[in-house]
Formats: sequence, structure tokens, C-alpha cells
Amino acid sequence: MNGQLEIIAQSGLQFFGKIAASISHEIKNVLAIINENAGLLEDLTLMAERGMAIDPQRLKALSRTLMKQIKRADAIVKNMNRFAHSADASLQTIDLNDVIELLAALSNRIAVMRGITLNPQLNENPVTLKTSPFLLMNLLWLCLDFAMGAAGDDKVVELVTQKADANIQIRFKRIDCLAKAALQLFPTEREKRLLELLKAELEVSSENREILVKLAEEV
Amino acid sequence: MAEKVLIVDDEKDFLEIIAERLGVRGMDVSTATSAEDALHMVEKKSYDVVIMDFMMPALDGFKALKLLKQKQPEIQIILLTGNVPQQKRLEAKKLGALDVIEKPPDLKALIQKIKKAKKDHPSVRRKKRQKKK
Repeated sequence: MNGQLEIIAQSGLQFFGKIAASISHEIKNVLAIINENAGLLEDLTLMAERGMAIDPQRLKALSRTLMKQIKRADAIVKNMNRFAHSADASLQTIDLNDVIELLAALSNRIAVMRGITLNPQLNENPVTLKTSPFLLMNLLWLCLDFAMGAAGDDKVVELVTQKADANIQIRFKRIDCLAKAALQLFPTEREKRLLELLKAELEVSSENREILVKLAEEV
Repeated sequence: MAEKVLIVDDEKDFLEIIAERLGVRGMDVSTATSAEDALHMVEKKSYDVVIMDFMMPALDGFKALKLLKQKQPEIQIILLTGNVPQQKRLEAKKLGALDVIEKPPDLKALIQKIKKAKKDHPSVRRKKRQKKK
């Protein structure tokens, strides 16, 4: 049991660390753009003090860039806050659509670095379940990470939420290289322990080129 | 003579402005939004310094650094990064990076590094040695 808990704890920390590192990198990129724009404003001010005319359109463009980057940073921090709060309570009633939307947003930079486009296709109705949001996100991240590694030439991974009769499903689709990927390596002990805790099931189908996760409505 | 600088970053809003600011300060600045483009550019023109984002899509910093060094062994590369652990910094330097600078960069410090990189460029040092002879 201790060994199992260790696996879960280690997996959770690795997941948290990976996402936190990606977020901090993205914020640094935003700060770098704001820093250069502020620097350019300073340059233009110095030029104006020396009697050089400044084109108002130039200032407008700088202002637009600054506002765009502030909005970008705001969205990053909001997502970071939602992610941090996912660990607040062990059980919460959540909408799977929200979880997938957040996971896709948090993973987007990592996906882009790997040349992958994430395409979430959310159910038009809420897909609610009572579960541990953080453990669920950890499990779905591990599936997504594997799916990205086995994506085909078009480099797209679809994330589809569905509500079937008895269970709630999330499908990672268009994983074209599943047959080539070492299927015996997935799911690993980490995913198996998380599946147990979440009372979930996982099916990997190279025929359908997808990973299917079936979740219980209540853990 | 103006320092010939190639800046490589996939963040266009960053790239355009820092290029303009270095240009205003008398540098001859070219830009590329990917490491692949940078690899083509160094084949066509020689640069005193390449300033490159460490984390860009497709080619990661280490791969890009290795390929640039293979093409132009004497090329001087300064890596820009959001956050890089100390171990990766050391690895980058082992692979031939001149320096690793955190974003957002301090422009004055960056300019000093560019000027020093040009001064210390192996070709410049060779010319100096030949003059002495």
C-alpha cells in the first residue's frame, strides 16, 4: 500500500512540477515582451526629448501589444489558479468539459513544443461527475502525454468528452502511431494506480487509434 | 563596424521589438522565428552573434545549438530562456553556447555580451594575431 501511495504521490508531484514549469516559462515570455515594449517606449521618449517626431500610430501599436500581453498573462494566471485549486478537496462535483478545457490550455505550450495541435471536442451538455479533480487531471495528462508521443504525421490529438449510458468517457483520438508505440509500456503502474483510485477503466485500441478512459459518475 | 546579430525566437512580438531596439543602437540585426530558418540563414550570411530562444517548437535548444555549431563551428551563440535549470545551463555551455541569459533580458547587459562576443570571435582574434606578426 505504501508503495502504491508513493507512486501516486510521485506522479502527482511530477505532474504539478511539469505544469508549473511550463506556466512559469510562458509568463517569462510575456514579461520579456512587456519589457521590450516598455524599453522601446523609453527609447521613443528619449528621441522625442531630442526633438524627434513620434508617429502616434507607433504608440497605438505598442499600447495594443501591451494590452494583448496583459490579457495573455491574465489567462495564464487564471488557468494556473484553477489548476492549483484542483487539489483543494479530495472529492468535488465537476464538469468533465471544464477539466478537459483546462488540461488542454495547461498542456498547450508543451504540445506546441512537440509540434502537436490539441483539439478538444467538448460535449454540448455538461458531463458531471464526483471525483478527485487533481488525480483525474493527472491520469488524463499521462494519457495525453502518451498520445502526443504516438501522434501521427498530422500531429493532432483530439480530446472528446462523452456521456454514455452507464459511464462517462474521454477519448484521445487520432493517435496514428499507436501500433508502432510500445503498447506494453502503457498503461504503466502509475496509470493503473490512478485508475484504481478513480474507479476508472482504460482501453488502448490501435485499430481505432485511440485511448478510451471510462470514468465512474461517482468515486 | 556594426555587430551582425541574428535573433531567433518564435515570439514575434518579442523578436520585432528587440530587433528594432538593437538596430537603433547601431547593430545590423536579422531575425528568424524558428531554428530551422536560422540554420538556413547562417549558411548564407556570417553573423558575429546568434541570440536564440532555448525553447522553441520543433527543434529544441540543444538540437538547434548542436546543428548551428556543426554548420558554423566558430559561431557565437547566446541562449535566451524563460527558466532553465543549472544542469541544462552547464550542458548548453559544454555544447558551445557562449552564455545563457534569462528572459526578460537586460538590454545593456545583452549589448555588452554581444560586443564582447564580437571582440572575442575566433576570426577577430586570428586577424589580430596576424597583424602582430
